[in-house]
Amino acid sequence: MLSHKHLLGLENFPREDIQNIIDTAFNFREVLDRPIKKVPSLQGVTVVNLFFENSTRTRISFELAQKRLSADTVNFSASTSSLKKGEGFKDTAQNIEAMKIDAVVMRHPAPGAPKHLTEFIDAKVINAGDGTHEHPTQAILDMMSLQEKFGEIKDLNVAIVGDIDHSRVARSNIFGLVTMGANVTLCGPPNLIPDTITDLGVTVNYNIDEVVEWADAINVLRIQRERMGIGLIPSEREYRKLFGITGERIGRNKKEIVIMHPGPINRGVEIDSGVADSDQAIILDQVLNGVASRMSILYLLLGAKDGGMK
Amino acid sequence: MKIKKLPKKLLFQNTEILDPVKRTNKKGNILLVNGKIAELGIFESPSDIKSIDCNGLTLTHGFCDLHVHFREPGNEDKETLESGSRAALAGGFTRVCTMPNTNPPIDSPESVSYIIEKSKDCPIYVHPIGAVTKGQQGIEISEMGLMNEMGAVAFSDDGLPIQNGLVMRKALEYSTMLGVPIINHAEDDCLRCDGVMNEGIISTRLGLPGNPNMAESTMVYRDLKLAEMTGARLHVPHVSTATSVEHIKLMKNNNNNITAEVTPHHLFFNDESLVNYDTNLKVAPPIRNDISRKAMVKGILEGVIDCIATDHAPHTLHDKETTFDLAAFGMIGLESCFGIVKRVLVDNEGLSLINFVELLTTAPRKIMGFNCDLLKVGTEAELVLFDPNEKWIFNNKNVFSKSINSPFYGQKLVGKIKYTISKGYISEIS
Repeated sequence: MLSHKHLLGLENFPREDIQNIIDTAFNFREVLDRPIKKVPSLQGVTVVNLFFENSTRTRISFELAQKRLSADTVNFSASTSSLKKGEGFKDTAQNIEAMKIDAVVMRHPAPGAPKHLTEFIDAKVINAGDGTHEHPTQAILDMMSLQEKFGEIKDLNVAIVGDIDHSRVARSNIFGLVTMGANVTLCGPPNLIPDTITDLGVTVNYNIDEVVEWADAINVLRIQRERMGIGLIPSEREYRKLFGITGERIGRNKKEIVIMHPGPINRGVEIDSGVADSDQAIILDQVLNGVASRMSILYLLLGAKDGGMK
Repeated sequence: MKIKKLPKKLLFQNTEILDPVKRTNKKGNILLVNGKIAELGIFESPSDIKSIDCNGLTLTHGFCDLHVHFREPGNEDKETLESGSRAALAGGFTRVCTMPNTNPPIDSPESVSYIIEKSKDCPIYVHPIGAVTKGQQGIEISEMGLMNEMGAVAFSDDGLPIQNGLVMRKALEYSTMLGVPIINHAEDDCLRCDGVMNEGIISTRLGLPGNPNMAESTMVYRDLKLAEMTGARLHVPHVSTATSVEHIKLMKNNNNNITAEVTPHHLFFNDESLVNYDTNLKVAPPIRNDISRKAMVKGILEGVIDCIATDHAPHTLHDKETTFDLAAFGMIGLESCFGIVKRVLVDNEGLSLINFVELLTTAPRKIMGFNCDLLKVGTEAELVLFDPNEKWIFNNKNVFSKSINSPFYGQKLVGKIKYTISKGYISEIS
């Protein structure tokens, strides 16, 4: 069981809850290795995946997690154009809730949208990404992957590299990692790192080589191509030169560091193909852990009773 | 709230009479005959006429608000001149200046005349502010002369700041022959970008696009310099940043054509109040951090900022009940103003009641050139009576606007409006 009814974000989310989710996720990881990858934990529970923004991997990951737990699932995808005035959002959610559902997994382009949703529906809400705010399940799976690799998250040196300002993955990772006692350093172009962010208990270093040398693990963020050429990032080649996780850069480093990426990857921009496909990259483990983490979250929010996992 | 015609004769007995002009606060009576002050002070009160026992109440000038949005014409679902007037009375306001960002905007003598005609029967005095530029487009200056003749008391493009410095300069120059203030919502569009709240640690935490202090203060500085150069009158509305206050303070030293206002919400809230994405706190300019909030309080206490204005901005539930990025900017403010500002400035900061009342009465009237000496025999009654000690909690029953977009519900306040007398009406505020 968790102390919160919803999972809206990792800011102010208790350490014990995060640890509980991760530990439970490892149990579900084991289920995923069985020949029959299904448990009856959420039989009779109905979950709606409400996606107001395009998503492939997060949606599939949630859907698989729900199916592995034997929940009934419904998918709803809406284009944001029909939401311009916001009317679709409240009406859609209330309509869906009227059909007796237990939880909503929502992705929405507006920061705070999941919080807004909790104000007018009773079902449990899981944030699958709200604009540039948070993406808590991604951070949970990232932390699970770190724990898998290192045994413990506490005191790890974790770097997050890229466009921090516009990244929900970065925000959730910062909140979660700081809560779990990791040391977090942010790296990227100064105009994409808000100057107030150090108030969250992280440090900022614009020198990627120093950061690579310091880190135990690097979480490489996807660079949105739409940020190019509008005064934020001058060009791909300049970004690659100054912040790219290149084979050369990683090769110069004495210790082997763990490379993570939330996907989808822009090969040759924020990370070289060779690095992404190397043994030190745990990108595909993250994907598998994503299913286990989401099973764990759904289970702890919706079904945790004695023996539910059997 | 009951609004009634004033009886032929009405006596207010045993009230504190707070005169912000003479700066006195004395016990006495006031006799109104035919809606005008017939006698005031200590006098033998006639026993055969209608009277109100005002023991414990303070009587003073009706409040004046230089910055309201009554949404007529065009958005009568949010507010009308009539509903806005009732909101004003509930807050002790007898005189307001309405912003021209209606649909269509008030940018011609004909549209000014529409507001004047339409508000004739309202129980408060309504003064239209005309647009500085045609259609509030920020390109061509409007017929300020003709609008002024028709009754426009000032000019402003309101929510659409004049970005082009040359247009602002020409408008200020032009206005010097009329002697009325230009009010420019100071905000650099490019620096604001898509900002929906104050830029700072809270916007970083919430993942919302930030609007930096600099978006306001650089334009305040430009406007102040242009006002100095042209000799025009400039009124800076809803100041929100510490740097803007510094600029105004410096410039006021040698230019008495500069005035400024602050809203109750910029005195009361800081951006930490937004952590739950409350769309009723989405305003322009945004609620800033506590350093800025304190600078607003200091600005008022030091006299750098001249007066309080509410920026009463009604919006429908539909406009506000959405995600923060899409919600409309603005909050209503007339009904809560007195109690909220009293709490900040008098109860918390120790400002005297008389200096506080001045910020809502003589200070704004001076800026617009309205009659300031209202407690005089023969003057038409434009008065408010309040109980400075009554404890109450602001709630939606206190709201008379057509809209309910206030973040102040649940605030515990000391000091409540009891009666507002204006234009031959007396309103009893429950």
